[in-house]
Amino acid sequence: MKVDKEALKTKFLKGSWGILLISNLLGFLLGAVILLLAGFNPLEAYWVILKGIFSRPKYVSYVIIYATPLIITGLSVAFALRTGLFNIGAEGQYIVGAIMAAAAGYFFHLPLILHVPLAIGLAMIAGAIWGGLAGYIKARFGVHEVISTIMLNWIALYLSNFVITLKAFAAQGTGKTFPIQATARINILSDWKISEAGIEFIRSHKMLGDVLKSPINVGFIFAILLAILVWYVLNKTTLGYELRAVGFNPHAAEAGGINVKKSMVISMLFSGGLAGAAGAFQVLGVSHRIAKLATMEGYGFDGIAVSLIGNNTGAGSVFAGLLFGGLKYGGSKIQDVMQAPTEVINIMIGTIILFVAMPKLIRLILTLLERRTKS
Amino acid sequence: MTTIDFSQKVVEMIDVVKKFGDFVANDRINLTVHKGEVHSLLGENGAGKTTLVNCLYGLYHPTEGRIRVNGKEVDISDPNVAIQLGIGMVHQHFMLVEPFTVTQNIILGQETTKMMGILDLASAEKRVAEISDRYGLTINPQDKIEDISVGSQQRVEILKALYRGAEILILDEPTAVLTPHEIKELVAIIRNLTKEGKSIIIITHKLHEIKQVADYCTIIRRGKFIDTVEVDKVSEQDLASMMVGREVSFAVDKEEQEKGEEILTVKDLVVKDNRGLTAVDGLDLSLHKGEILGIAGVDGNGQSELVEALTGLRKVTSGSITLRGKEITGSDPKTVINTWNIRTIPEDRQKRGLVMEFDVAENLILETYHANPFSSGGVLNHEKIYDWADDCTENFDIRPQNPYLMAKALSGGNQQKVIIAREVSNDPEVLIASQPTRGLDVGAIEYVHTALVNQRDRGKAVLLISFELDEVMNVSDRIAVIFEGKIVGIVDALSVDENEIGLMMAGGTR
Repeated sequence: MKVDKEALKTKFLKGSWGILLISNLLGFLLGAVILLLAGFNPLEAYWVILKGIFSRPKYVSYVIIYATPLIITGLSVAFALRTGLFNIGAEGQYIVGAIMAAAAGYFFHLPLILHVPLAIGLAMIAGAIWGGLAGYIKARFGVHEVISTIMLNWIALYLSNFVITLKAFAAQGTGKTFPIQATARINILSDWKISEAGIEFIRSHKMLGDVLKSPINVGFIFAILLAILVWYVLNKTTLGYELRAVGFNPHAAEAGGINVKKSMVISMLFSGGLAGAAGAFQVLGVSHRIAKLATMEGYGFDGIAVSLIGNNTGAGSVFAGLLFGGLKYGGSKIQDVMQAPTEVINIMIGTIILFVAMPKLIRLILTLLERRTKS
Repeated sequence: MTTIDFSQKVVEMIDVVKKFGDFVANDRINLTVHKGEVHSLLGENGAGKTTLVNCLYGLYHPTEGRIRVNGKEVDISDPNVAIQLGIGMVHQHFMLVEPFTVTQNIILGQETTKMMGILDLASAEKRVAEISDRYGLTINPQDKIEDISVGSQQRVEILKALYRGAEILILDEPTAVLTPHEIKELVAIIRNLTKEGKSIIIITHKLHEIKQVADYCTIIRRGKFIDTVEVDKVSEQDLASMMVGREVSFAVDKEEQEKGEEILTVKDLVVKDNRGLTAVDGLDLSLHKGEILGIAGVDGNGQSELVEALTGLRKVTSGSITLRGKEITGSDPKTVINTWNIRTIPEDRQKRGLVMEFDVAENLILETYHANPFSSGGVLNHEKIYDWADDCTENFDIRPQNPYLMAKALSGGNQQKVIIAREVSNDPEVLIASQPTRGLDVGAIEYVHTALVNQRDRGKAVLLISFELDEVMNVSDRIAVIFEGKIVGIVDALSVDENEIGLMMAGGTR
């Protein structure tokens, strides 16, 4: 029995999850050093961040709201990576998904039960087309997906800014579209919250009331469902088997009778669809409209980081997305409370990713630690 | 004749143990090499030969044991230390920069310079040419690596080691990539080297090469030291049984059998290679049920392209392929596999045959994952998949018997068994075996040959493509010789001699 426990321990520590854990610790450590150099007490800063995440139910709810799109773009990137493709284009796929959700949410007048699925569905299709396009030109013309998706990101950005100039869609000069219909929103109890009974409830119920003060929505539940879907498709279906085979070794997959080019397109369709869904949930649940973008918002790019930190798995993306959401939301508090720069948070995230990308170094550290504990 | 100076022990490895975690790769191995000696290390794939020489070359650090070089105890912490001690190594996979010239490759990291660090290529080239002449390496220092043959590239590697002052040369499976003619040249070079007092450690599992070139042979089996023998005093059969740990039969055991009806017909086939040049040039072939048709030929005469055309991986430019009279030219790989039931043991098992990051079970269903019982309605049935993988690992003796193990964790021989299990258990009409024993040891070779003969005995057709003439002659019923993309002659395997085929392989006519 004891032997099994030991084996499990080494498997965990030497495996990819152990590396992720150590990388995170190192990231926090370096963040502390930087805070120290900048003249702030790192312990205090981390305490502020922790409090900023957990001290009020509303904060936790905000972290979840922040995390939702990141989890889904993380899933998008993870799905593509597992099948051997590097989808830098989650950003653009997210943007076209958001445009489509905003348009469907505003132009259609339907009951909620139809309106929400339609808006999400169309957004996913838009994202899928955006991603699938990159997959297709890779399969057909051999253009690397990193190049094509970067281009498509910019096209999506300017497309988004263009639709905001359309009279039918946006009030001129405001730089943002008309808000989506109430029937397209996925917020929880949004009408009731502003009714008299709702206000009374929020006042009298401390915990739940606090949560309801945030724009809480059902996007997170969808994110979890999508994570399960990704896991299921990759591991339990013949499609996932094909895609993984192509991802690991396209030559053997081809010799085995798998259509490699088709797999590339399908993988990018799926990945793009996920990123599009992230855009939809953000619009339907949080922003309710799209606004002029001076630059990329970064949900898709952050998805790359989430995917890497989450070990390119469904469950990993959920945890990494929450960590990211927590750091982003809680991290912003150190500015208010301590006047410490929030950039430290970005440095920390960067460091974590850097260490995740250096498994050899982490393994070395682990072996050294092991030797020390032995002797 | 002998060049050995028994008074000087250049390498002594004493009770060397190398562990990777709990796995013992080398378990108390002893190796002594004298000056001017060719010492061969013999063992099955995964027996620990390469691990041992890596310890000597400083790539690994032994867990236990001592190493002495020229009588002095040494701690070889990295390859630079080994080089300083006069140890050079030629790896199985060459470490050369393709667009660089021979000289540029050789001096890499040890550049000779004039004043102010300006590269002195001319004097380096002179020295390279000197060494080349001295040992008969016939290398032009100004040739680019990408322009010279694999055999020449290997000689550049040897030259590189000599340039760095190597007195002890380690050659890791040097003949695996060479043509028969190049092997002869290599043997001559090894003789020249020992004449000059160099010592050679050569890793191989080809027994006749050991007989041909080595003075002593140390046999390792599953990481354990078995024996060191004087090569002249033992037979190939002795070496084989020491290596495998049981009696091995070289002769392929098969009974005579009438061939059946014609099943696969290739007519006037033309196929282009990756550069767009004609590789298969009007090839005709007919394969019958119940026979093994061997294709003999030197590497690069269109064999790979022929196999790829037959399996649907490469476009056919013109000509036709028919199965039982049905036109199948231009079928995609999936149709070839599933509809026509033509299965292939590919020549490059790690590239075409296996997904190394998949486990054994996942690799076993690579061609059948979409069919019952392994999946239905697009959902995989893991229980059935792993049940079947359990059967396969047992029936085909895939070791270790663990379907959850990743393919890359298996030895070469066991990887090949996974492929054979997958291809043969679907009862193919035609089995194409391309270089099926490349890099395998005698035990595994025996296994592969038996599998091919079994197919034939069951009335199925087998097409065997191999660069090893011995293999083609031993296993086949009929032999077709391929030269420059054409079949230049078909002979009965029983009534032909090696010289005749050798002549045809080189382009001479009968």
